Amino acid sequence: MSVLVYTENWKGSFRKSTFEAVSYAKETAKLLGMDVVALSIGDVSDDELNKLGNYGASKVLSASGIAKGDSQATSNLFAEHATNVKVIVFASTYTSKMIAPRLAAKLKAGILSNVVDIPFSTTPLTVSRKSFSGKAIEKAIVNTEKTIISLAPNAFGLIECGGDCNIEQISTSQTRSVTIEGEEIATGKISLAEAEIIVSAGRGLKGPENWGMVEELADLLGAATACSKPVSDIGWRPHGEHVGQTGKAVAPNLYVAIGISGAIQHLAGVNSSKVMVAVNSDAEAPFFKAADYGIVGDAFDVIPRLIDEIKKVKN
Amino acid sequence: MNIVVCISSVPDTTSKINFSENGTTFDSSGIQFIINPYDEFGLTKAMILKENSGGNVTVITVGDATVEPVMRKALAIGADQAVRINRNPKDSYSTATEIAKYLSENPADLIITGRESIDYNGGAVGGMIAEILNVPFVNACNGLEIEGTTAKLSREIDGGKENLSVSLPLVIGGQKGLVEESNLRIPNMRGIMQARTKPLQVIDPSNTDSLTTSEQFEKPAEKSVCKLVEAGNEAELVRLLQEEAKVI
Ligand SMILES: Cc1cc2nc3c(=O)[nH]c(=O)nc-3n(C[C@H](O)[C@H](O)[C@@H](O)COP(=O)(O)OP(=O)(O)OC[C@H]3O[C@@H](n4cnc5c(N)ncnc54)[C@H](O)[C@@H]3O)c2cc1C
Ligand SMILES: Cc1cc2nc3c(=O)[nH]c(=O)nc-3n(C[C@H](O)[C@H](O)[C@H](O)COP(=O)(O)OP(=O)(O)OC[C@H]3O[C@@H](n4cnc5c(N)ncnc54)[C@H](O)[C@@H]3O)c2cc1C
Repeated sequence: MSVLVYTENWKGSFRKSTFEAVSYAKETAKLLGMDVVALSIGDVSDDELNKLGNYGASKVLSASGIAKGDSQATSNLFAEHATNVKVIVFASTYTSKMIAPRLAAKLKAGILSNVVDIPFSTTPLTVSRKSFSGKAIEKAIVNTEKTIISLAPNAFGLIECGGDCNIEQISTSQTRSVTIEGEEIATGKISLAEAEIIVSAGRGLKGPENWGMVEELADLLGAATACSKPVSDIGWRPHGEHVGQTGKAVAPNLYVAIGISGAIQHLAGVNSSKVMVAVNSDAEAPFFKAADYGIVGDAFDVIPRLIDEIKKVKN
Repeated sequence: MNIVVCISSVPDTTSKINFSENGTTFDSSGIQFIINPYDEFGLTKAMILKENSGGNVTVITVGDATVEPVMRKALAIGADQAVRINRNPKDSYSTATEIAKYLSENPADLIITGRESIDYNGGAVGGMIAEILNVPFVNACNGLEIEGTTAKLSREIDGGKENLSVSLPLVIGGQKGLVEESNLRIPNMRGIMQARTKPLQVIDPSNTDSLTTSEQFEKPAEKSVCKLVEAGNEAELVRLLQEEAKVI
């Protein structure tokens, strides 16, 4: 028996979330006394595939000629390779969220999503997961032979073990059910899902023309930019930046909130951040109840000064 | 075109979440229930598709009688009829099997779910329905147009979007972008009056087993007090983030 993990790539490269999923699979496999098998979809070089060994995969199945956006074909492929598998691990990515539930129904395997830690019991398999949009942590049990786990974003971390893996090319005979017409990706930007630091701003910034300092601060920190819901609703910022209960749930190491009041729906999506900083002109803003550090002041004064101070320490 | 919109009834987003019976059960006392926000985008989209090319919109919920006000609201927004499968949902799979059973007896061209429910956040019901019915599934769908029997869609991917075309029938997991926030429909007086007489059919569940069980809930640990730094002393904030929090 083994633990199977989906190792997603983007144009041939893995990301941190991929290695995190392998690290998680390895820790779970240790509890069960099993090995980790990785399943990769699409063209990935052997050099890149070999990196998976460092996080604990002992075998990598590499399938090409199949589109990851085709959830029917991909879940069939997973099912073909799940016979001798006890647990299947997915990272928190959009593609994973298409494959995992289909696979669960196909295998009649219990699925636990938003998982934040390795199982604290294996019989029955029991994990902690986030529910109620970050307002609760739930202990949930799987009642089936096989388990599908999909992780919460940035909840586990990387564990290197310096191992090696065997690569096996596998062929696929899946029929295509969707046609991929192409993709539109914002280039040169750090994606919210991967970011260690997020600089986020709200309606307090008054208008889209004032985002220059937000982007400058983000660039300095190597951070992604985000915004509150009204800011994306009025079109000051793209929808993809909307974080919160009805936007993206994020969990960076540092979340900087500028001119965001801290409404319950906003906090629900960001309160898993390790450290939060609030900058707000209103000392009574609810964000100060959730933040670790804060400055009460006008963002138009505070942020340029903060940028200067960070430049000083970065030099 | 036959469109079915799956509606999850969830606590209002401003709700403070509490648990009773030693943290084993969600405490719904005093909670106002709403249409799951992701499902609102799907419902509005269904209304627009119907207006453009005709058809019928059914909303379906797995739940006990307490979800009926939320279903009436969906009818007031414009759905033609509602179906309630009379069962307290227990997990994603049992919920999906109930809906899939209805759909296999009452086929639809387009089945719209939400990307995830904002209560249990399973993010699984839509994909499971698609698997049981053996039809395509596109999640985090943020654009959809129907041309004959083909759907042209986009789905959110990390850092952008992917455009796809799929033939019907199809299940989607919808979200913002399917329609814009400002175009979301809200019930008007006429809609509310009409909703009272629209059919709301209650059907018996098949009571399939659930594959997962929630055992215990806890609230996340309270944050310690926020350390305030004087405006003008941003250098101190940078020092704290570097030396104390060690995040930059
Ligand atoms: C691990 C887990 C354990 C659970 N345990 C319990 C429990 O012990 N007791 C309990 O009462 N509930 C429990 N639930 C909640 C119950 O399963 C939900 O109410 C169920 O409807 C599906 O929730 P979900 O989060 O999986 O939905 P998701 O898969 O996140 O929902 C996605 C979409 O599916 C559709 N959908 C979801 N639910 C319904 C529904 N009921 N009717 C129609 N369409 C729907 C909606 O379109 C929704 O936007 C649990 C859920 C999970 C994930
Ligand atoms: C169903 C539903 C779902 C929702 N989901 C989300 C969600 O996912 N994400 C989300 O963000 N919101 C969500 N909301 C909206 C939420 O309730 C709040 O309205 C929203 O978060 C407020 O955005 P904001 O903080 O940018 O704006 P505001 O609440 O207007 O706050 C602006 C803040 O800026 C401060 N400010 C003003 N001028 C300055 C200055 N010069 N310098 C510094 N600070 C200044 C003000 O003191 C104020 O605190 C949802 C609401 C509903 C009803």
